[in-house]
Amino acid sequence: MNKVSIEIDGRMLSVPADYTVLRAAGSAGIGIPTLCYLKDINEIGACRMCIVEVEGVRGFQTACVYPVSANMVVHTDTVAVRNARKNVLQLIMSTHKIDCLTCEKAGNCKLQDYCYEYEVDTVVYSGKNIEYAIDSSNPFYFRDNNKCILCQRCVAVCSSLQCSNAIGLVNRGFDTFVGADNDKNIEQSTCVSCGNCVSNCPVGALSPKKKTKFREWEVKSTRTICPYCGVGCELYLRVKGNTVVDVVPANGPANNGMLCVKGKFGYEFINHPDRLTQPLIRKNGVLEESSWEEALELVVKKIRSIKQANGADACAGLSSARVTNEENYLFQKLFRAVIGTNNVDHCARLCHASTVAGLATTLGSGAMTNSIEEVTGADVIFVCGSNTTETHPVIGAKIKQAKKRGAKLIVAEPRKIELAENADVFLQIRPGTNVALFNGLMNIIIAENLHNRQFIAERTENFSELEAIVKNYPPELVAEICGIDEAKLREAAIMYATANNAAIYYAMGITQHSTGTQGVMSTSNLALLCGQIGKEYSGVNPLRGQNNVQGSCDMGALPGDFPGYQKVANPEVLAKFAQAWSVNLSGVPGLTLTEMLTAAVQGEIKLLYIMGENPMVSDPDTNHVAKALGALELLVVQDIFLTETAKLADVVLPAAVWAEKDGTFTNTERRVQKIRPAVLPPGTAKTDYRILIELMNALGYPTEYADASEIMDEIAALTPIYGGINYHRLEQKGLQWPCPDKQHKGTKVLHVGSFSRGKGVFVPAEYVPSKELPDAEYPLLLTTGRNLYHYHTRSMTGRVAGLNELSPASYIEINPATAGKMGLIDGELVRVLSRRGQIETTVRVTDIIEQDIVFMPFHFAQGSANVLTNSTIDPIAKIPEYKVCAVRIEKIQS
Amino acid sequence: MSTEYSLFMNDPDSVCEKQGEQMKTQQQLETIRRETLAVIGLRRAQAIIDGTTGTIAANGLSHIMVCAGTGCASSNSAAIIDEFNQQIVKHGLADRIAIVKCGCLGLCAQGPVVIIYPENCLYKMVQVADVAEIVEKHLLNGQPVQRIFGGHLDETEHPTEITKFFSNQMRVALKNCGLINPENIDEYIAFDGYKALAKALFAMTPAAVIEEISASGLRGRGGGGFPTGRKWQFAANSSASEKFVLCNADEGDPGAFMDRSVLEGDPHALIEAMILAGYAIGAHQGYVYVRIEYPIALERLSLAILQAKNYGLLGDNIMGSGFAFNLGIRLGAGAFVCGEETALIASIEGQRGTPRPRPPFPAIKGLWQKPTLINNVETYANIASIILRGSQWYSAFGTETSKGTKVFAVGGKINNTGLVEIPMGTTLREIIFDIGGGIPNGKQFKAAQTGGPSGGCIPAALLDTPMDYDSLIAIGSMMGSGGLIVMDEDTCMVDIAKFFLEFTVEESCGKCPPCRIGIKRMLEILERITNGEGKAGDIESLQELAEVIKSTSLCGLGQTAPNPVLSTLRFFRDEYEQHINDRKCVAKVCKQLINYRIIAETCKKCGLCAKFCPVGAISGDRERGYLIDTHKCVKCGVCIGKCPPKAIEIN
Repeated sequence: MNKVSIEIDGRMLSVPADYTVLRAAGSAGIGIPTLCYLKDINEIGACRMCIVEVEGVRGFQTACVYPVSANMVVHTDTVAVRNARKNVLQLIMSTHKIDCLTCEKAGNCKLQDYCYEYEVDTVVYSGKNIEYAIDSSNPFYFRDNNKCILCQRCVAVCSSLQCSNAIGLVNRGFDTFVGADNDKNIEQSTCVSCGNCVSNCPVGALSPKKKTKFREWEVKSTRTICPYCGVGCELYLRVKGNTVVDVVPANGPANNGMLCVKGKFGYEFINHPDRLTQPLIRKNGVLEESSWEEALELVVKKIRSIKQANGADACAGLSSARVTNEENYLFQKLFRAVIGTNNVDHCARLCHASTVAGLATTLGSGAMTNSIEEVTGADVIFVCGSNTTETHPVIGAKIKQAKKRGAKLIVAEPRKIELAENADVFLQIRPGTNVALFNGLMNIIIAENLHNRQFIAERTENFSELEAIVKNYPPELVAEICGIDEAKLREAAIMYATANNAAIYYAMGITQHSTGTQGVMSTSNLALLCGQIGKEYSGVNPLRGQNNVQGSCDMGALPGDFPGYQKVANPEVLAKFAQAWSVNLSGVPGLTLTEMLTAAVQGEIKLLYIMGENPMVSDPDTNHVAKALGALELLVVQDIFLTETAKLADVVLPAAVWAEKDGTFTNTERRVQKIRPAVLPPGTAKTDYRILIELMNALGYPTEYADASEIMDEIAALTPIYGGINYHRLEQKGLQWPCPDKQHKGTKVLHVGSFSRGKGVFVPAEYVPSKELPDAEYPLLLTTGRNLYHYHTRSMTGRVAGLNELSPASYIEINPATAGKMGLIDGELVRVLSRRGQIETTVRVTDIIEQDIVFMPFHFAQGSANVLTNSTIDPIAKIPEYKVCAVRIEKIQS
Repeated sequence: MSTEYSLFMNDPDSVCEKQGEQMKTQQQLETIRRETLAVIGLRRAQAIIDGTTGTIAANGLSHIMVCAGTGCASSNSAAIIDEFNQQIVKHGLADRIAIVKCGCLGLCAQGPVVIIYPENCLYKMVQVADVAEIVEKHLLNGQPVQRIFGGHLDETEHPTEITKFFSNQMRVALKNCGLINPENIDEYIAFDGYKALAKALFAMTPAAVIEEISASGLRGRGGGGFPTGRKWQFAANSSASEKFVLCNADEGDPGAFMDRSVLEGDPHALIEAMILAGYAIGAHQGYVYVRIEYPIALERLSLAILQAKNYGLLGDNIMGSGFAFNLGIRLGAGAFVCGEETALIASIEGQRGTPRPRPPFPAIKGLWQKPTLINNVETYANIASIILRGSQWYSAFGTETSKGTKVFAVGGKINNTGLVEIPMGTTLREIIFDIGGGIPNGKQFKAAQTGGPSGGCIPAALLDTPMDYDSLIAIGSMMGSGGLIVMDEDTCMVDIAKFFLEFTVEESCGKCPPCRIGIKRMLEILERITNGEGKAGDIESLQELAEVIKSTSLCGLGQTAPNPVLSTLRFFRDEYEQHINDRKCVAKVCKQLINYRIIAETCKKCGLCAKFCPVGAISGDRERGYLIDTHKCVKCGVCIGKCPPKAIEIN
């Protein structure tokens, strides 16, 4: 961009020619007051506070939108300008409810600050004002239009950032106010309670419903990362005393100042009275409080005795996608180096094991190939098997932003999800037909000669096999298998293939099948076929579910992998780790999570150490899980609450939550980001890494790290993709792996120029139906998933009152026709049965789902979907087939 | 031919039969022009345009023009047309008399208006019942119906108030209004329509078109008065591949309706000008933004666009020139602020119609962020004449800095309310007294308000002010879009200021605090003053607020909203002071400051006042006479109207 010379307040500046006066002044540290301005989002010149004088131009000009031009002379602080701003403030104050003494925003209010600065101390232009009722219908925030200054920031955030369009301006002139889209209240609008409006309100018009009263000057802020999904939003925890009392978004690389309802408002669990504060030991069948010494001694004793009697491989550990990289690293080190077994896995087995296996095979690396910032730049976005706006809300919002900027959107999902309403092509496929769908798309693309021959020739292998297999999937057949319209399938294929750039985003709709690995490889087949990978905005992007599920995989919480996907079975790798850890290591890959449970039932696993997981709710076929856990000699659960699983434990160790810890999380775009402690853990609870260090020492493996950063230094030394990472570098901004050395800036786009494995390989597959399909006895197809307001097994979100208010209990979605056929009505309590168990839940009649297919969220322990789900697994990745099983619904006779 | 032709003119359905016709070449258009002019030339257009008399033979035919503009239509002119048609059939005149519905002639006070050609005489306030008489007396026997006869418009020796209304005007923008059937493209072509376009497409470069417009001195007629040629040049300068031409037909000034009149009476003039603008700046798509309150205008514009398309005057290859231009209509919901160009653009884009700061100007970033030219209807209505007759012809009219003519919508306390088009620089006095016929009922002229809610009041002392952009600004008013409201001695100037502020408060979009809050606060002060609750310092507060609002508002609406207050303060400050200090309204308008009283000496004790008083404020009997209870009285004026001896006075 060309630069121009301008003069502001007597200072000569050289700034890019596309700058506004406000930006130019800001770059020189010259502050110009603004109320309505939000960069790139709300540049509307409404509030008139940023007015300045430009020489040669009549009147005042609005700095926030006034473009600079060569030799422009600007005055930002003349008497006339200051007077005009003061007058504007006086007018605003004449309609503003002035209750600064009790206003929650006092101390953090731009209006208050400017009135102070411009000495607006009395109401000069008094007059009649409209009295607005306070809208308190949202569980998390109030809207008090009596304090609204109509800056429109909230409206802009809701429509341009969050893209919910829940609020807008109502009426005109003096009667204008911000109202909900339904002319009623927020609760009945399309508001998703993301709270981004609240975060951006410059005055007290939007304020959170505080559980703990605090004044601005009483709180300190700690910058950290959100503990919920894999997006990795950066935020500030605001702390009064030792209590987190508020959360505000930071302008992190993944979230750009946005948060979702969970990140913004779901922090209440941190100091919930249910927190574990003391170790528990089962005595006479009852869990009783104990000392740390006693609890650890018991664990150590059991490990030693089981090792002695049954060998180290009778022990197994489940690490956690919820804890830090450093803790995952120590956990697998504990099992591998100290206990001596590779039986370590974690819940990635249940969500993206097929991604790790599939993309590692075809591309050489099982992670998002692009970055979250690239979402908004894509020309075509293909979302398949992801209800993104609910599971990864900030990425979901960015997809909607992209759509708003003109991107085309293809959605393939069994349910008519929110993104389907924004889609250019929506394919409402039958659950479990992904492989057929992708084969059909590729069949059309090849038939239409739209595949990228040059890319295929230069960068891929095995194309002929792909060609041979997809030939068997003509559009009419695929339309039949998937239950979709052939013309739409064709439209989607052509849209994707002819895009300048196109990105696939997928999640568990692809992975959680007995053919999950084939489903994953199908996505990369399509991308390779069209050359839509290895460049900015184009690629294959698995959306990882949990805050650190990417990191726990990276850290080797996998039975066959040391940190950085270095194979246990590789002798060189084995030798490297044996030397680094000064022990002999087993070169035999351990059991996967799903295999561990079966092995426990069979008596082969005697001890299971579960850190921060809740398989009693999260794993398929709960009865099978209960049986497995019941068969153990020792079950150790290390967690923050007494979860459904912890209740079955022999030893429960109280852990610290993320807000009490230092460490790193790696988000779904491979970005390693720093978390920082904001509060102290309750009672005697300790950080997971402290517990692990103590256990390692107690087991006779001397271990000492002064803090988490030293653990990361060890990780970096042993893990090439993390080689360049240390805490000093992470302080300002996270780094995306691969980051092999300290000079490397991290990798935004994977596979540029060449794939991690060299060439991309086509691994085509035939479509194979799901293992258990509806039949006469179980006539409905059940598919499962998540909703916006809960996270995983609700151990955290279930302890946030507002989230429970928005989503209180288990339900089953059913099409009106199916419901009608069965005589079911909305809100009716029913019994749902599968071959594995039965539960009671509430009917939700909705046409977002097709006939004879039903959907349940898996979050709820009461009426748990996973009592019903099938534990049959994908033979390659060992991921269970959560997404398809057969059920029937019975009425409960009153 | 004439029978067939008159049928066509009166039957809009037959226009549709012409759909699907092929693109017309310049030569084919010339043939249409010649043939149509042979029929309608008897209307002697030039007589009305610039005083020269036409000489085209009348062929022994008559054309009866019946105004079908909004004003006359609301006085049932459609029924008059029907009646004329029945009468000419009844008298067997259908083969030589054509009944033509036409646009507005501007003499709205006297509507419905009928003009008979070739005699060029006008009938005023025509009722359905008058039609048979006109046919029998005038058409069959050559005798005017005196009762409703307005005069021969080309007869200048014995001017009547009505002929003076026309003879002192100069019609350029309105040249075809009232002269042609706006639903017939051929009639527009007959009076040189689309000739300017042909000239530009085949004989001028885009730059030459802009140069011609620049040289004419034409300035924006929507209110801003920005030089039109410069605006076109800015839009032309951008190298963007996609540009737009917009027409602001969101006429929002209360009382102004010249744009509506052009749309209703001469829609092709707008279409031709927008194509010319597209050619000049390199745009291929235009939109006319019309308020939905203009149903007749919308209908005629839509029909005109359809006809222009059928003749290939809109589309991919206009007249075979290779130039492409399409035109669409976008409806506005009638928000005054949508006349502001950036708000108008937002509205077309489907956003809330609110202005944004400029720069960037629409010529750089307009509709869909593309360079956009936007002019109002009246501005466009001048374009074809300028191209056809040359900038020198046009710039010969008007003043040094305000060239050409301007249309004013004259209303209020004046005899000839309606639309007048005069050369710039004509004095206010000439408009009001020579064209407008003066003040009714022998009342005194007090002030004239120009520029609508953005303008100001001109007192009697300044009646000789020439009406041009700069003179008006100099006396604290402005041209605006040409609203001109005449006020007589019965007008309270504080009340008038309040009226305009009520309008702007209502129409403020609410985006910026000075306009949203400031005007409301000013209005509240005016309400207090007119309610007799004014206090010392109110005038100063008004002035202070006015300055804040003018200097800090985002758009023209706010920046000019205080003008009615400032200009009345400038010329009628004493009235404000009387309201505040003496609790007195000399014009006897402000109800809280007046009392009704029965003059005992004049009162005939008839009791009608008491009988009709809607609130029972008058008591008494025929013996003792009547009294008004001033506490109950709501000053509605019913008693005054009912009192035979005019025995009720206002104090």
